[in-house]
Parts: sequence; structure tokens; C-alpha cells
Amino acid sequence: MALTGLQIYKLLPQTNCKQCGFPTCLAFAMKLAAKQAELAACPYVSEASKAQLEAAAQPPVRLITVATGDRKAQAGNEIVLFRHEKTFYNRAPIFVRVKDTDADLAATAKTINEFAVDYVGIKLMIDGLAIENASGDAGKFAAAVEAVRGATNFPLILIAKDVAAFEAALAKANGATPMLYAADASNWQAMAAVAKKFKAPLAVKADGLDALATLTEQIKGAGVEDLVLDPGARDFLGTLTLATQIRRLAIKKNFRALGYPIITFPGEGAGSAGEEPSLAAQQIGKYAGFVVLDTFTPASAYALLVLRQNIYTDPQKPIQVQPGLYEINNPKPESPVLVTTNFSITYFSISNEVEGAGLPAWLLVADAEGMSVLTAWAAGKFDADRIAKAVKTTGVEGKISNKRLVLPGAVAVLMGEVEEALAGWKIEVGPREAVDVPAFLKFKA
Amino acid sequence: MPAVEIPKEKYGGKVREITLGATPAQGGTRAKTVTVGGEAALPFMHFEGAIPHPPVIAVEVQSRVPADWSPVLMDAWKEVANDPARWAQAAEKLGVDVILLKLCATQADGSPNTAANAVQVTKAVLQATGLPVMVFGPGQAELDNELLVAVAEATKGERLVLGICEDKNYRTIVAAALANDHLVNSRTPMDVNLSKQLVILIHDMGLPLERILMDPTTGALGYGIEYGYSVMERLRLAALQGDGMTQQPMLVTPGEEAWRVKESKVGTDVPAMWGDWAERAIHWETVTASALLETGANIVVMRHPEAIKRVQAMIAKLMAK
Repeated sequence: MALTGLQIYKLLPQTNCKQCGFPTCLAFAMKLAAKQAELAACPYVSEASKAQLEAAAQPPVRLITVATGDRKAQAGNEIVLFRHEKTFYNRAPIFVRVKDTDADLAATAKTINEFAVDYVGIKLMIDGLAIENASGDAGKFAAAVEAVRGATNFPLILIAKDVAAFEAALAKANGATPMLYAADASNWQAMAAVAKKFKAPLAVKADGLDALATLTEQIKGAGVEDLVLDPGARDFLGTLTLATQIRRLAIKKNFRALGYPIITFPGEGAGSAGEEPSLAAQQIGKYAGFVVLDTFTPASAYALLVLRQNIYTDPQKPIQVQPGLYEINNPKPESPVLVTTNFSITYFSISNEVEGAGLPAWLLVADAEGMSVLTAWAAGKFDADRIAKAVKTTGVEGKISNKRLVLPGAVAVLMGEVEEALAGWKIEVGPREAVDVPAFLKFKA
Repeated sequence: MPAVEIPKEKYGGKVREITLGATPAQGGTRAKTVTVGGEAALPFMHFEGAIPHPPVIAVEVQSRVPADWSPVLMDAWKEVANDPARWAQAAEKLGVDVILLKLCATQADGSPNTAANAVQVTKAVLQATGLPVMVFGPGQAELDNELLVAVAEATKGERLVLGICEDKNYRTIVAAALANDHLVNSRTPMDVNLSKQLVILIHDMGLPLERILMDPTTGALGYGIEYGYSVMERLRLAALQGDGMTQQPMLVTPGEEAWRVKESKVGTDVPAMWGDWAERAIHWETVTASALLETGANIVVMRHPEAIKRVQAMIAKLMAK
């Protein structure tokens, strides 16, 4: 739990020696609380205070990394319950489960690895594979891991019941650090030992929070700290309730025994294949760390990856689209040029309306630092200069025969200045609302 | 280790209960009424507060055959799409709770919609279904007022939900609801304070809070859903913390939003990685609606039968204590 400036001040020497670069210890404490200064800047802080401050600085949900080479899947480091309170940080990695009894695992792994969709310029992909030792045979499990490792550099989750299978599989992991799933009350000593030996994150499974907290403390006592929680429930209500309680305990009570990311298996809780994406969607919004899907289809993966992107977007940093010239419905040289800002929602509003109406147009997106039209105008980020610059740098003039530029109605006041900045162009004022753009274009055609 | 103590929030407020529709005994003609709201906890958090009524699904039925709907959607309704009454009956068979009749700007022959036609269609729908009905105008102020006032007067006592009241156009609709025992839907563009403000303005005209639904507006998955999502979470937290003018049940329209975007609307010339068109479109609506239910939506207006089935199953499971 983060300390306040005053709480930090009480742990400082309170001598106002200024050696940290700040005029008083209180000023330094405030900067520390705002994470704008480092404790190391204070030469006189006591060891006891240092330990206390470092403990308090630990994130309430531990960051867990599953890595294969440079490719990482990370969950944790979250500090809020609702995204509007700050933001969610580490986008819940989405894994797909395969079994060591599946035919042609390498091909499956390759297919899933090749899946990529472009969402407002962001490449969305599946984050990793979970390989289950369904055969119960350690040799087959190791062969499956070897096949997947040979085909991709996917981060891995290994699912098995006994330590011998993990040992065999990890020997073939070829430099990867997979998550091991899972330790339970019956096997945790052996699981902790193997996780420790391979420095692998360990999932911990128990039914309910009491049993789970007891188990994580025991495993931590055995020297394994990179843990992932499976509180047992699989259904909609059970996973929602337990995940909410775990997140609250971690964030509001700084309850260390449950201060780890959660792993979910929506396919196990779904009544039908069609239900899995709905359950996964719930878990992405409500506190899952790692989500392991049983069914991979491009259509469902696309929807879930977009949802995750939306939920984890920093509310204070809106998604921007790349400034530039966008073609809608194969525009011709005589089609109109519409200009707008690069705030993603502004862009989508316009492009959807025009595209939905089947009207060809050039959409010129000016760099307005991700602000909407009126906000950008008020902040001086969407003016005649910026619009003229967008016209010049995108080379739109070379693609059109009719120099006709439509301004958003909300910035009608810019008309005169834009006319001056763009000699030879006919400037028109369009509607204020995107929804009225198709009617405007039809009327003007 | 001692037992883990589950942190429970103690809220001072709860969401207002609102009943849609009126039975013959109550001055209407509905076979049943539907009550939403009343919860004293965040969505589905049964462990810390009562959630007396499940969120409900309303199916959107249009007054004329839709001109611009996705073929995937038209496939599902093609047998009934040219007859709002039969459409409403087919929708009722899905086991949903409410019918939303959307009055279009034009009639099937392309001529402008009229008050007489709106009344006739609304009455036909009311006769075809025993469910509570909501009637929304085409979204053009003058036409909305003309159609909705006539509908309100012709259906006095039914406790319809009339929409859409927006900041620029609510007085006429609210007055019609007030005079004829109907409810209204108060829509504002994704902002906590604007939501609150319009509820206050409508309430100031004399309409009881028990007759105002709050529609904070949503975006589709991938197209701004995160704004609506957070505004809804903030509104619901404010309601539970006792802010009286945010305690209206929330209505959102994931169906309309999700089916407007390219992912659902278009099947050709899209990236192969987007996968199967129909499957993608149904996921788009389902995931949009699911996410909004988790933030506190009390009524979700939907379109595709398969998406509706999935969301029904989800609600049933989340409400099974």
C-alpha cells in the first residue's frame, strides 16, 4: 500500500539538511509519495526506515513474468479496483490451451502464433500457449513442449499433476521460463522445489480464499515468491466474486498472501463453446491476470483482444490514431477531403458514419495530440497551421482533382484562416456532429 | 493463518426501483410488468448487498424493415422484419423482458413517418406482445416530438418508456410522459455530470424519479466502449454512495452500437484474421453487452437472437445465488 507524504515524512531524519536536493524533508517526502524522487537521494535515512519504505513501495499485486527469450507475458502491478481511479497496467495475457495428446502441436502453435490483427495501429496477438499433460506421460509432455518450442517463441504455461512431468518438460524448455500449474495442498512442497530449481512462476490452486492464503504463505516460506492464484471457482458468479475479493484484499488491505495475479480458465466454466468468450470478457474486465482459453478462433480472439486493449487503456491518455490520409470507400480524385483530429473516437465516429453510408471520401487526420476537435481547438492543437501541415505532409494534393476541404462544424471559426493557409482550396464548413456528415455529403454531391 | 476476512463495502445508497409497463389492473394492457434497479451493491456482488432484480434484455424492433442493417442481422429476422407486430412476437419468444420499438424516420415506402403511422404501429406492437414496451423516436428533434406525443396520448396509462430525451430536446417528451403516465429515457453523452444534470432537469418538470431511466450512452467494443464503461462504473459507485440523482437504473444500447461498426456490418474486403463474419459479429454484440452488464447496466437493448441467448445465460448464472 502506497504511503502518503506525511507517513513517509515520519520515517525520514527530519533534519532538513537539503542534501537530497529539496529544501525540507517534508518536500522530499511529498516528492517520494508522488514517485518523483528516489529514497537513495537521502544519505541519512535509517536502515529500519528504509526497510519499511521499501516494503510499502512493493506493488499490492506482484508482477509475474512468464518469458521465452525476449517475449514476455506479464500480469500484476495493479494498484486500483476501477480503471477510472488511475489505470490498469499489465494487460491480462491471453493464452490458448493445447494438450500433449493433440495431433500436430507444432502446426497448431504456428497457426495461433501467426494470428495478428491491427487495431488502431496496434498489433494484437495471442500471448502464449498453455500445454497440458493430458497423456499423463512425462515423455509425451516433454515432446510436446519441445515441439512447441521448436515452432514458436510463445511464452508457456505448463499444466501437469506431477513433478516428474515438469522436470522432463522443463529440460526441453530450451531457455524458456514457463509458469507451472499448479501446486495444491497435496503436492506443494515438491512443486515449490521444482519451481525454485527452475526459477519458474508457480500457480497455486485451492478452493476458497482461506485455503489459498494458507498455501501461498507456506510456499513463500519455502522460498518461491513468484506465485499466481487459482481460487478454484470456474463459473461466472464464482470467478467474479472471488476475483473481486482477492483484488480488494490486495489493494485495500495490502493483504500479501493474496497479492498475486489470478489465472482463469473460462472454457472450464462455460456451458457451451459460445459462452467461453463472454466469461473470458468478464474476467478480462474484472481482475484476471492470466486468461487461458480452450477454444481459439480468430473471431473470438479478435473481440477479446480488443476488449482487453480498451479496458487497459489509460483513461488519461486517449488512444490516438496515426495522423495521415485515410481512404474511405475507395475515393476518387473528385471525392471530398474531410479533415479531423487524431483522437481515436473522433476518427471512428467520422469514418464509421461515412463508411456506413457508402460514401467515398478522403479523411485527413491532423496531428492534434490525440484530442477531440473542440478540445484540440481550445488547446491550440487544431488550427489552420496544423490543418495546412496535414494537407502538405500527406501529399493529398497529388491524389485529388477537386481541392475541396470540409472542416468540422465545431471549428467553423477557422474557415478564414484555413482559406488563407491553403491557397487554391475551397473550404467548406461541415456539420458539428459526425452523424450528420453523410446527409451533408449527399446534399453537397 | 486465521481465516481471511472478506472486505465488504458498506454503502449508504441504492439504485432506485423502476417498473416498466402496467397491467389492466394498473391502467394499462400489459400481461406483466418488469421492475429493474433496487440493488444495494455493485453488479452481482451478492455477498455485500441485496440485488432484488436481475438486469433485463430489451429487443429492438423497428417500425419498418431496416434499410441499413447488417445482412447477418437481417438473416436472423428476415421472416418478420417487415411487420413490427410479428417481429415483437418473435422477440418475445426468445424469453426477453422488454420490447423496444424504434420509430424510423421513414415508412417502408420511403415517405416520412407520421404521427398516425407511429400510433398505429405502436398499438399493433402492444397488441402483439404482453411485455412492457419502450418507444424511441428516430432521433430528429421535431419528428421525435411529433411522433412521441401522439404515441404517448394514444397509449395513456401503459407506462411505456419514451425516448430519447436529450439535453437539447426533452421538454415536449417529458410533458407527454407526465400527462399520460409514461416513463422516459434520459440520454447524455458519456459524462457523469451531464447524466446527473439531465435527470435533475427532467425531475424539475415534475416527473417522479421512479419514471426516469438514465442512459449514459455507450460505444461499441473497440469504438469507445471504455468511456461508457468507466462513466457507468462511476455513476453506479456514486449511486451506492448516496448521490440521489445518479440512482436511476441505467439503460444502454449495445445492440445498436455493436452492429454499426465495420466488424459486424461488413463481411467482404476485411482482413482474413478477423475470422468468420457471423461469429465475429455475434461476439461483438455479446462482448459489448457483457462488459456493460458488469458495470451496472440494468437494461441492455440488443439485436441478434444468438447474442441475446448468450447474454441471457450469463445473467441467469450471475444471478443464481
